[in-house]
Amino acid sequence: MLNFLVTFIPRAIMQGIPLLYGSTGEILTEKSGNLNLGIPGIMYMGAISSVIGAFYYETFTPKGMMNPVLAVLIPLVCCLIGSFLTGLLYCFLTVSLRANQNVTGLAITTFGVGFGNFFGGSLIKLSNAEVPAIVLGGTSGYIKTTLPFANKLGWFGQVFLSYGFLAYLAIVIAIVASYILKRTRTGLHLRAVGESPATADAAGINVVKYKYVATCVGSMIAGLGGLYYVLDYSNGIWSHNAFGDRGWLAIALVIFTIWRPSVSILASILFGGLYILYLYIPTGTEMAIKEIYKMFPYIITLLVLIIVSLRKKREDQPPMSLGLPYFREER
Amino acid sequence: MKNKRTLFHIVKREALPWYQAWMIRGAAILLALIVCSLVTVMVTGLNPLDLYKSMFYGAFGTERKTWVLFQKLAILLGISLAVTPAFKMRFWNIGAEGQVMAGALACATVMITLGNKITSNWLMLLIMLVVSVAAGALWGFLPAFFKAHWNTNETLFTLMMNYIAIQLAAYFIIIWEVPKGSGKIGMINQNTRIGWLPYIGGKQYAIIIILIAILTVLLHIYLKYSKQGYEIAVVGESERTARYAGIKVEWVIIRTMILSGALCGFIGMLLAGGTDHTLSTDIVGGRGFTAVMVSWLAKFNPIVMILTSFLLVFLQLGAKEVATSFYLNESFSEILTGIILFFIIGCEFFITYKIQFAKSGKEA
Amino acid sequence: MEAVRNAIKMEGITKRFGSVVANNAINLELHEGEILSLLGENGSGKTTLMNMLSGIYYPDEGQIYIHDKPVTIASPKDAFDNGIGMIHQHFKLVDVFTATENIILGLNEDGKMNLKEAGKRIKEISQKYGFEIDPDQKVYNMSVSQKQTVEIVKVLYRGADILILDEPTAVLTPQETDRLFAVMRNMQKDGKSLIIITHKLHEVLEVSDRVAILRKGEYIGDVLTKDADQQSLTDMMVGRAVSLNIDRPMPVDPQPRLEVKGLTVYDELGVKRLNNINFTAYSGEILGIAGVAGSGQRELLEAISGLYPIAEGSIIYHNPKTNKTGDLAGKDPLEIQKAGISMAFVPEDRLGMGLVGSMGMTGNMMLRSWRKNKGMFLDKKEPERVANEVWKELEVVTPSIDFPVRRMSGGNVQKVLVGREIAQDPAVLMTAYAVRGLDINTSYTIYNLLTAEKMKGVAVIYVGEDLDVLLELCDRLLVLCGGQVSGVVDARTTDKRQVGVLMTRVGGKTNEK
Repeated sequence: MLNFLVTFIPRAIMQGIPLLYGSTGEILTEKSGNLNLGIPGIMYMGAISSVIGAFYYETFTPKGMMNPVLAVLIPLVCCLIGSFLTGLLYCFLTVSLRANQNVTGLAITTFGVGFGNFFGGSLIKLSNAEVPAIVLGGTSGYIKTTLPFANKLGWFGQVFLSYGFLAYLAIVIAIVASYILKRTRTGLHLRAVGESPATADAAGINVVKYKYVATCVGSMIAGLGGLYYVLDYSNGIWSHNAFGDRGWLAIALVIFTIWRPSVSILASILFGGLYILYLYIPTGTEMAIKEIYKMFPYIITLLVLIIVSLRKKREDQPPMSLGLPYFREER
Repeated sequence: MKNKRTLFHIVKREALPWYQAWMIRGAAILLALIVCSLVTVMVTGLNPLDLYKSMFYGAFGTERKTWVLFQKLAILLGISLAVTPAFKMRFWNIGAEGQVMAGALACATVMITLGNKITSNWLMLLIMLVVSVAAGALWGFLPAFFKAHWNTNETLFTLMMNYIAIQLAAYFIIIWEVPKGSGKIGMINQNTRIGWLPYIGGKQYAIIIILIAILTVLLHIYLKYSKQGYEIAVVGESERTARYAGIKVEWVIIRTMILSGALCGFIGMLLAGGTDHTLSTDIVGGRGFTAVMVSWLAKFNPIVMILTSFLLVFLQLGAKEVATSFYLNESFSEILTGIILFFIIGCEFFITYKIQFAKSGKEA
Repeated sequence: MEAVRNAIKMEGITKRFGSVVANNAINLELHEGEILSLLGENGSGKTTLMNMLSGIYYPDEGQIYIHDKPVTIASPKDAFDNGIGMIHQHFKLVDVFTATENIILGLNEDGKMNLKEAGKRIKEISQKYGFEIDPDQKVYNMSVSQKQTVEIVKVLYRGADILILDEPTAVLTPQETDRLFAVMRNMQKDGKSLIIITHKLHEVLEVSDRVAILRKGEYIGDVLTKDADQQSLTDMMVGRAVSLNIDRPMPVDPQPRLEVKGLTVYDELGVKRLNNINFTAYSGEILGIAGVAGSGQRELLEAISGLYPIAEGSIIYHNPKTNKTGDLAGKDPLEIQKAGISMAFVPEDRLGMGLVGSMGMTGNMMLRSWRKNKGMFLDKKEPERVANEVWKELEVVTPSIDFPVRRMSGGNVQKVLVGREIAQDPAVLMTAYAVRGLDINTSYTIYNLLTAEKMKGVAVIYVGEDLDVLLELCDRLLVLCGGQVSGVVDARTTDKRQVGVLMTRVGGKTNEK
């Protein structure tokens, strides 16, 4: 049993990290009243932007000449830029042009997933590089670097220390986000914007600015989830649609955690575990049942959604203005 | 003293004549197409004229391609029609993906389990219809039930229902896979063709196109001239007004979502029994989401939806052609679709509002 | 005598909304350390004018001076920076936040956010001016008066020295009003300047030093309170001596039409909103319902029309056609319709409840009639006929009967609504604040329509806020206070003061010693 846990928990955590990035980003966004259904697309954008950056650096740098700092920084910066721009587009359409959030979000997802898969599949041809597939082993190697003594600490090292820095960064970001939301003025203002933009506006808070900043920062955080998935979890190998529906799972997590990033740390690991649980449950020849296990995260989220709405506790409800545009001189 | 007077104000327009509104939309689409071709030219190096030729070829190049275009148009239009009643009610159902999947799964189940037992194709089709519609309706009913009674967020609920349907389908696909281990079902009833929608004049897709055309007209009439359509419009505008007028809001929400789900289930049957003759987890292929946008872009008007879904399908097939001929990835079409959508979504602002620049006359 | 210094001076302020001029070249002064009443009828532009001081709206023309310095107020933040704090009629509070969180919202004090420290300061301010407030209470658990307190402390916390209160007493009980006025005087003693928006004359006379009057977006003038009385203020406010002169014929052959017995209702939170209400509405008379806002008027009308769940009691309807009686309690609007009971209801929230804003007159007429024909399709002919009739007879200003009612002006919206309800040929007609926000002419149109209905033998129930109108239009008055009937009086023989007393006596028991 212990052995099982020692192998299972690290896998669950690695599955959970992209979800944690995604849900933290979406929680910040939703706290500003924006229901960004574009998160799945934005995570793809983050992933592909980092891949493009890393690919050019790795392919056009002679073997063995890669600078570790650049190898990490280039994809990181590319990822942040890519997801920031997509988040900005969402904001421009929904906040400045007051478009419907659901429709805009879905359009962003269509675009982002398409953009990721297109460049993932066509990058080699477009750049005329002479490689058979996108395998960014070098970059991935740097990003995955773990603490040197992690291996020597037995199960403890394996469960807690065997991850690249991005995994810890995700947890740090979630804790910081939680702290900001709960304990700082910025967080108070942000929550006010999401609950009642008219009130926030009357209190002298720049609603538009908060919506923009929260959504763009949220998008950048979510984008990191895409980067982690490709360059850490998948060892730098891009395969078509491999990221799959994790973006939607991240949105599910937001509900599951009732809009609390700190809860999301454990919850995303739980979801990550559920996502791969089917690999570990002995099913013998009954392969089909694994597909049923994959359903669990969604069913559990659904139950949480229902229970929360039945309990009607004010603090557990979605931000009051979630999904609604705000226009000051409306009368 | 410094005057930091705001430079411009955004003001709601008085009613804009319909033709002006459509002119703005037309301009947005035109602009979007220009941007799309710029992007394509940048990626492929093709000259724009050849590009449009290639796209047109992809859509209408051969008889087969044209049929595929109309088939895809019909399916996308069908799903868009299906989600529309709920949207008019301001019920944000983004679960068409799952509702269609539920219908397709139900349809495939009937085709597989009864394929050997029933010999009359018409009886078979009837059973398929009933079961598919029921499955879709169930998928629509659940979120509506919780929304109506406890105000559970329907957007998130229907989103989750999508994946439950998809995993359920994945489960049965493995159970029924042929050959074992392939992860695919393969053509169902390939020899007997039991449960296949009939070909009309030897054309596989004709029946689907006809059925959707009828559906478009029926739904248009339903929404505009029927009492239930009126109820939907009132509930969408204000629940309190609806209650005041003696409309049972909960029941209208549930009834309308059952209708939406049932229509989705029907489309699922057209997919499994009419076009694919099999079941796969990507049989709907994201069209449940695209339909949301089609319906919204058409302002929930079934007739206009023909145009919006045509635009998207044309773009999709055209871009696919361009991508294939350049050995590029098929996802190229999604990029173009995204660009078009951004422009149309953005242009609505200029129809509803106008920007007034501050008068600088009386100052100083 | 010291020269008067102005806290605020507004010069030539004009604000338009589309084609409507809400404020036309207004000049207004607020002296330092005074309480100024801004008086005007509904829709005279008081709130719009004040919103330009608080940064909600931006004037199209004109200049604002604060303490004699020209300023630009483009946002609420600019207003705070200039020491202006406004307490809006609709509270701007975040429900899931505590009092403290709401009060410090939007502030950018140095250092870490410290809710405890802020709570302490809030307590200090409260003690200084005589408020009662629990800094950790969530707003959704607060009463209206508590919420208002939070709003006032909010602006004081920000160090505002100019306070604007927008109809602060509309939602308060008399005791709460007294307490508020005491607080206002404490603030004045502390050197603050205050503007109170109101249309209640006795409050103007009681609390303010000076009165400024607006009428239909124009500045009429100002007068020192000590030189004013109710009559002179009213004259300035409405432009002519108010003698309403509403035609009031005697009821003809009144018969019981609606008998309400022991009606009790609770709201969603389980608070008793109506407590053992008993009265009878007769055919051929107008029964007025008076009371401070929120005394249960809305609940009463909605309960009768089947929109509010009834906990106890019965509502007996006497059908004039069949002479049969039936109980409406427990029936929903559809069941009431189906039982052949012709009841018309003009609700307070016209576009949010009575009409469908995006539809035209035809679509709205249909709201009452679309079930009547057989089959599953709509009959548009009859509603079109009714729409044309209402359009013509009530002189509704609209380009066509398909023009969305949301885009019409307030008066026309109300004509459409009242027109439709009367067209039903009802036996009972209930109206809630039927003339709120309407100009004088349209108001008279409505009064005449109601009187005409009464003469046709309809039992009219008129919920109103203006006592003068209630006393001149209605035959009898039912006075509500705190969800109970505090009295039923003959409108012809009662005076305003007596009704005022009843409005503040819960269940008819007096609060005074």
